[in-house]
Amino acid sequence: MSRFRKKRGKSSPAIQTASLPDIIFMLLFFFMVVTVLRDAEIIVQVTTPEATELTSLERKSLVNYIYIGRPVQRYQHIYGTSPRIQLGDAIREPHDIRFFIEEHRLRVPENQIPAITSSLRVDGQVTMGIVTDVKTELRKVEQYKVNYSARPRID
Amino acid sequence: MARKSSRDRMTNEINAGAMADIAFLLLIFFLVTTTIVEDRGILVRLPPWSDEEPDITQLNERNVFSILVNAQNQLLVRGEPARVSDLRERAKEFIMNPLDDPTLAESPRRAIISLKNDRGTNYQTYLEIYNEIMGAYNELRDDLSRQLFGSIYENLNVDQRREIREEIPMIISEAEPTEFGDEG
Repeated sequence: MSRFRKKRGKSSPAIQTASLPDIIFMLLFFFMVVTVLRDAEIIVQVTTPEATELTSLERKSLVNYIYIGRPVQRYQHIYGTSPRIQLGDAIREPHDIRFFIEEHRLRVPENQIPAITSSLRVDGQVTMGIVTDVKTELRKVEQYKVNYSARPRID
Repeated sequence: MARKSSRDRMTNEINAGAMADIAFLLLIFFLVTTTIVEDRGILVRLPPWSDEEPDITQLNERNVFSILVNAQNQLLVRGEPARVSDLRERAKEFIMNPLDDPTLAESPRRAIISLKNDRGTNYQTYLEIYNEIMGAYNELRDDLSRQLFGSIYENLNVDQRREIREEIPMIISEAEPTEFGDEG
């Protein structure tokens, strides 16, 4: 009994930290699941319009991104100020979309090719001319599933 | 060391505090390198490419809800100026035609939304219009789903959805844009 009392009096017991990693790992996994790695450097400025009838895209491996917007300040001396198309991490012309889509098709299993979606991330202030050119190219390569990327509207 | 009793060894735990540090490091790495992508948008299906334009003049005029947008983002709906905010209600009325108006669609199955814009139209305006049409169709489908199955369209099973889709098909025809106001 006396020995027991002596031990308690020596110092307060250390806080159990064994479960701390579990909590942190939980957070870690949460962030790993909800985020995707930044795949490309943004060359064109894109602020997508707001909309209400939104669908979320599920399988990231079946989605390719086409950015349309004006080049950001840093790249204006190379690419000018009129709206351009960005595929991957480079500025491209409409006729390059064919290769971009073909290349994506090679990377997915054959039976999932019809499920490939092109996500058009287009700046709201861009005119329809360049968007139409992109749409025409997509139709020509039989890439019909298209998502017009938009932000949810907060009323 | 060798003299340590077995009781001592049992109370000795592996110090797991450092694990948290490692996990934190990973966590911060992922926080920095990733972005939460708002991967949401309006999902559409483009029509196959053909060189000749689809001819909508052969259709019965009452079944076509034509929307024209010019380079100044102004709307002309069935020949009259209109606003984007009125589009949803007008489209719904046109598709369902609850009062059997002879100028509106014969039935939802025959209703066609025809959209034509200019190359100079703002993308934002275009998407707003598209959004309103989609909204009109979604609301109508939800209404019918509730009537028939007592639940909104999203919660139906595949067969029920097909039935609704056959009853209210979404037919949006997009003509090649006019070329008056495109920027260089």
